[in-house]
Amino acid sequence: MTAMSGAAPAPVGWRQQLAAFAGRHRSTTILLGMLGITLVLPFVVLLPPFSGFLTQNVWVEQFNSAGVYILLVLGLNIVVGMAGLLDLGYAAFFAIGAYSYALVASSFTGIHIPFWPWLIAGAIIAALFGVTLGAPTLRLRGDYLAIVTLGFGEIVPVFFTNSDRLSGGTNGISGIDRPSLPFEFDVFGQCVSCFSAAQPWGFYITMAIILTGVLILTYRLADSRLGRSWNAIREDELAAASSGINTVTTKLLAFAIGASTSGFAGVFGAARNVFVAPVQFGFTVSFTILAMIVLGGMGNIWGVTIGAFIIFVVQQVFLPQLTNFFNQVQVPILSDIDFVQYQFLLYGIALVAMMLFRPEGLFPNVRRRRELHTATAGAEELTSPDEATPEVE
Amino acid sequence: MLLRVVRLGGIVLLLLGVGFVLMLTLAWIAAPDKTPSIVISQGVAQFFNALAAGGIYALVAVGYTMVYGIIELINFAHGDVMMIGAFVAYFVATGLLNINGSIADPLLLAGALALMFLITMPLLGLLGVGIERFAYRPLRNAPRLAPLITAIGVSFILNNLVQVYTSSPVPTPQLISLQSRFTILGASIPWLYVVIFAVAIGLMVALQLFVGRTRLGRAMRSTAQDREAAQLMGVDINTTIAVTFFIGSALAGAAGIIYGLYYGQIQFTIGFFAGLKAFTAAVLGGIGNTVGAALGGLIIGFIEVAAVVIGLPRWSEALVFAVLIIVLVMRPSGLLGVSQAERA
Repeated sequence: MTAMSGAAPAPVGWRQQLAAFAGRHRSTTILLGMLGITLVLPFVVLLPPFSGFLTQNVWVEQFNSAGVYILLVLGLNIVVGMAGLLDLGYAAFFAIGAYSYALVASSFTGIHIPFWPWLIAGAIIAALFGVTLGAPTLRLRGDYLAIVTLGFGEIVPVFFTNSDRLSGGTNGISGIDRPSLPFEFDVFGQCVSCFSAAQPWGFYITMAIILTGVLILTYRLADSRLGRSWNAIREDELAAASSGINTVTTKLLAFAIGASTSGFAGVFGAARNVFVAPVQFGFTVSFTILAMIVLGGMGNIWGVTIGAFIIFVVQQVFLPQLTNFFNQVQVPILSDIDFVQYQFLLYGIALVAMMLFRPEGLFPNVRRRRELHTATAGAEELTSPDEATPEVE
Repeated sequence: MLLRVVRLGGIVLLLLGVGFVLMLTLAWIAAPDKTPSIVISQGVAQFFNALAAGGIYALVAVGYTMVYGIIELINFAHGDVMMIGAFVAYFVATGLLNINGSIADPLLLAGALALMFLITMPLLGLLGVGIERFAYRPLRNAPRLAPLITAIGVSFILNNLVQVYTSSPVPTPQLISLQSRFTILGASIPWLYVVIFAVAIGLMVALQLFVGRTRLGRAMRSTAQDREAAQLMGVDINTTIAVTFFIGSALAGAAGIIYGLYYGQIQFTIGFFAGLKAFTAAVLGGIGNTVGAALGGLIIGFIEVAAVVIGLPRWSEALVFAVLIIVLVMRPSGLLGVSQAERA
């Protein structure tokens, strides 16, 4: 993200200089980069061809949704990309965050707790559920964990669907409180302190701030002792344990921290949509997030961020536009195709192709790339310990 | 050998007995007035219902467990292979054989069913082999996460292809009418359930004989035990794995046919849920163990029907997953599985 955000081309070696600066002042770079992107994006969509698709406010609405997905991707990236634990039920934590806010800030229960403190509370609640699910299950081997989390991801929406009195059942909870600020603030005639579908700028700024914070934290975490422990566990759990890493605590922390960002995402998403329902949190959400991570490059923070952003915009904006376009142009076969329908087909093909031809993702993490390529090189001694025979241990 | 058969028979009988008692108990709990004759007939009816449902899960579970046993991959696409099987069977029945309703004549019915199985199962087997060849084989030595993600991708593809074809439920022709029933202990049981259970059992036995008695079966067992050693002993690993996929997918195809007969309608989503339940069954029975998977399938059938009997049909999925989590946490090796060292 840093290299892409607006630095003017300096003379010789500006890339190196920029990289060196970004390496030394990572948090500042993220801050500046996010500031730049946040300021530039609303104006980019005023230019053709983007301006032809949607109006500026609708674009900003879409960016807000994209932000929710980026938060989810950043959280899952900690679990899957950094710690190597395949969590297929990640949307469950998203649901828990969203429902937690829906239950304390809507006419459904009659309680009206403000949005801002609950942003933190929702994250903590999601993290607690992460620990609750993780504590008994993290002892399991990798692929069993995948199934258990898949089951958990399925149970949570089923729970919200079936408990009519507690969560509104299939219809969900509507009329959720929007955030509000005690002051009003306008920039270029747009109400920056407003939180509504017509005036999404408040959400936009809020999301930018949350994302900046989460990005700085995840980058810091990745380089910390904890982050390196996650990598060690991902690459060889036995060796990590032998080197004195408490694998259970470390994995639990990955689960909890990963879940917490989806708590943010849930609270934010619930407040933005003013509506939650079980269908929003099905397994397709978990799988979409996973696809975003795989495509972006597992473990690479800015890679998955950009991957999520691109996929989201393609899915939400360009596929419908493509369908519209071909409907109008009347090309024989293409105009009959609803491209949105094929979204999961595209994901599926992308996932398979990615794993076969470029397992490190579009924007690879250096360490992970090296790992994947030594493993597929076929040298028997160098292959990862994962694929050795089961009876050995 | 004899001892094994006796032991296995004991386990099966025990399981069926426990299931029967469970159904009777639940029927008694659920019955508004505790008239013994009604409770018994209810319990018996639900028992047969559970056997039929369990047979479907058993057939799918065997495919999971075989693939896992041999290449240690949770084949996420397996449930969707079953779903494809259900649709292929639908096309075979309506398009090829031109059947749109039930067939009364037993001979004709047997012939139609046999044709459906004989056409659908090899087709699905080939689908499984194709998936293995193009999606999994290139990743055989890759880190574990890679084939798992590929499997999810394949599942997406199969799912979406059918969804694009039709996203609403498709009614399947009821070859065996639910009206043809027999009475036992006051309960009227559709012959369909018995046929389903018999087909499932027959295929299971055939599989056991194949794995236990044939050369290819021995190759499969040795590959599952130690791939490198098997290779050194002259086993053609690629063929063996392909055969495993062929059999597993063909059985999933059979399960798909039965699914259409049992539920009367099919949809692109059925693969996901049936697959998850069948995977639970495989884990329950001890993954890698085909007999265990079959028994696990029966247990899942009982659990699911039990949820319906006590009036919580909407919770049946949650109940199955709760069972899965409990089994994995308490006894990850499953009922019949050999406990295996925990690995990363």
